[in-house]
Amino acid sequence: MADIQVRQSAGLDVAGVGAILALGVVLAIFGAAWAVDAPFQTQMYTLLAACTLGLGGLVLVCADDPACFSRGRYEDGVVKAGVIAAMFWGVAGLLVGVIIAAQLSFPNIFYFPDLGWTNFGRLRPLHTSAVIFAFGGNVLIATSFYVVQRTCRARLAGGAWPWFVFWGYQLFILLAGTGYLMGITEGREYAEPPWYADLWLTLVWVVYLLVFLATLWKRKEPHIYVANWFYLAFIVTIAMLHIVNNLAVPASFTGSQSYSLFAGVQDALTQWWYGHNAVGFFLTAGFLAIMYYFIPKQAERPVYSYRLSIIHFWALIFLYIWAGPHHLHYTALPQWAQTLGMTFSIMLWMPSWGGMINGLMTLSGAWDKLRTDPVLRMLVVSVAFYGMSTFEGPVMSIRAVNSLSHYTDWTIGHVHSGALGWVGYVSFGALYCLTPWLWKRERLYSNALVEWHFWISTIGIVLYITSMWVAGIMQGLMWRAYNELGFLEYSFVETVEAMHPYYIIRALGGGLYLLGALLMVYNLWRTARGDAPAKERAADIPAAAQSAATLAAE
Amino acid sequence: MDFAAASHFAQTFGLALLIALFAAVLLYALWPGNRKKFEHAARTPLDDDNADNGKD
Amino acid sequence: MWKFHRWFERHSLILLIGILVVVSIGGLVQITPLFFIESTIERVQGVRPYTPLELAGRQIYIREGCYVCHSQMIRPLRDEVERYGHYSLAAESMYDHPFQWGSKRTGPDLARVGGRYSDEWHRAHLVDPRSVVPESVMPPYAFLEAKELDVSHMRAHLTANRLLRVPYTQAQLANANADARAQAEPTGDGAYDFEKRYPGLASRDYDGDPSRVTEMDALIAYLQMLGTEVDFSTYQAEDPANLR
Repeated sequence: MADIQVRQSAGLDVAGVGAILALGVVLAIFGAAWAVDAPFQTQMYTLLAACTLGLGGLVLVCADDPACFSRGRYEDGVVKAGVIAAMFWGVAGLLVGVIIAAQLSFPNIFYFPDLGWTNFGRLRPLHTSAVIFAFGGNVLIATSFYVVQRTCRARLAGGAWPWFVFWGYQLFILLAGTGYLMGITEGREYAEPPWYADLWLTLVWVVYLLVFLATLWKRKEPHIYVANWFYLAFIVTIAMLHIVNNLAVPASFTGSQSYSLFAGVQDALTQWWYGHNAVGFFLTAGFLAIMYYFIPKQAERPVYSYRLSIIHFWALIFLYIWAGPHHLHYTALPQWAQTLGMTFSIMLWMPSWGGMINGLMTLSGAWDKLRTDPVLRMLVVSVAFYGMSTFEGPVMSIRAVNSLSHYTDWTIGHVHSGALGWVGYVSFGALYCLTPWLWKRERLYSNALVEWHFWISTIGIVLYITSMWVAGIMQGLMWRAYNELGFLEYSFVETVEAMHPYYIIRALGGGLYLLGALLMVYNLWRTARGDAPAKERAADIPAAAQSAATLAAE
Repeated sequence: MDFAAASHFAQTFGLALLIALFAAVLLYALWPGNRKKFEHAARTPLDDDNADNGKD
Repeated sequence: MWKFHRWFERHSLILLIGILVVVSIGGLVQITPLFFIESTIERVQGVRPYTPLELAGRQIYIREGCYVCHSQMIRPLRDEVERYGHYSLAAESMYDHPFQWGSKRTGPDLARVGGRYSDEWHRAHLVDPRSVVPESVMPPYAFLEAKELDVSHMRAHLTANRLLRVPYTQAQLANANADARAQAEPTGDGAYDFEKRYPGLASRDYDGDPSRVTEMDALIAYLQMLGTEVDFSTYQAEDPANLR
């Protein structure tokens, strides 16, 4: 009886996904035929190819068994796919970051006058979108699908729909990324994808929300675990931000260009309301959910204070949403809005540190694990970086500080202390946990490689943030320096020249971080393949066995 | 609407409402009767079983 | 009361609504007043919609990601005002869909770059930045010079803007495609009509190649008008009517 039900609903989900893909094929053909600009046509061909491949894949997979997406206790296939995608996009995004850092260091070598699409202005959105949305997004989708199933003790709802979320999201990334290279952008940071990609993402995101909710409805636990609250807040708030901020009027329905609904001041505040909360809900709430599941799991201890996590949750999501205007200090935005933004940014320090304490103190009584488990160490250090950047952030949101730091590389350093230290490390930690769990391996291929990853990338982060900190403050001070006659001391280009050594150090730091990520990919690949763990380091072998081995050697 | 009216509302009713909301969350989280429930909830990730998740 | 929160924990839909309510408050309080409080954008003499050529240039500015390194927002700080000119007014970006205030100055602010350099300087600088400024880290944009500007859809672009209440006239809409070319062809047939439709503006060849209208023409036309609309010799920023 139950099996028949599964079959029926399974048929429905496959039909639904198929219908969307078929509609995509029709729209893509229409769009390509009437395209008013060449890049739009290329995008429509991309869409056409993707939807056709999707339809073909769907038929191949489901031809024999339409219920194939609904069998088994847990749906782990889509989580595995997310882990692989996260590794791929992570390396790609970091690589582009290193390239653009090299461009600013050595413009004569890394710019190519005949290849306009390799210019900084087009690669920079590619870098930010690849690391935030492609890498971060895949980590969030994969971990949320894993965590919601385990904490609800229920299989992911929706049959084929989670797979639609996964592949639909990859298509969004592909459209956005190739679009940037061709010069398609809406011209607002972190919201650059064109209007049709925005519409597609809206559809994918609504399905994501429904899959997540429907899994919660199926749960066998009375209580919804706090990690799921954070995931839910992340999903629903990003939906709200994305829809409001991307309201636009296309110049043509078969063209890539559009004009945002709001202009000037209103557009600026809407954009930074979006932009700062992309940080707050994508890069913070979502990854805090990872913290609340993976640190207790890996440390084998419950979270330090569940009560604190409740206060943390409501205070964080309430306060974060106000902080956007601190990106607009001293601009034409009315001052009352700037002041509100600053005040809430400073208050935000409290829940942020509450969350940090909750994560760190989970280790209380088990601190020795930091020495022996490099994965747990990575997770815990990520929380320490979270604490550091959520302290620096409120400081930089103070108007007087901001008058110096704004427009400088200090901001870039701040962002990367959060991105590399917090988001990067907590993601790496989760990937190191997930890979052996999902592929059913006893343990990672090599803990020594995790150590190498940890130390190489930590040196990379330190180089990155210290160089940008010095560069930024120096830049700000040089811009406002006066000579004894009361004239501005430096021309703008002198401040550019002064950045040169720091830009080189920054590129080096980014390169080290990339190297660490490559070690991780190698390690996880060997783990997933099921290769036997590499030989243990001498230090990990019990002393008795070690002396015996030494004796034998002698 | 002018600025003065908007800010007056925010600084009176708005402020009171937000403080009340915060107090409610705080009280709930710290209420002694809820302790047991939270302790149980906190163990959720540790008790989940990882076995039997292959397809049948 | 204590049962109340259990709803949140046990009923995901209620939790969802709770989250939505909590995260909506901040946005509503901050953003909506900007549309209703009248003093948010002061009215300033001289601010006008972009000409079709300037708008096309602006789209190129956006396409090439200029905003990731150049701000267009001068803050009212002494050094900025001395370096870049009068601080930016809200009204100066009231027709900017989207705004281009930027967030980073890898290069200098461009809010008032218009008229500071010659057209020829801009052309040479865009083709090879380091030929004019040896220490520059800016990418080269020589390809703009080789690319004919596609003006065939400018009317659609102006129409989209008018839908967003940018006050273009019927005549400006109807002749948008022709005007985009005419602004860069001072000796062409359309120059006279263009100047009539956009009073106070003169048609001129921006990129040094009068035979064609290129993307370089459009971008320089845009750069050269930035910050030039308001006459700050007569504008009284401290006038009570202009204070917010």
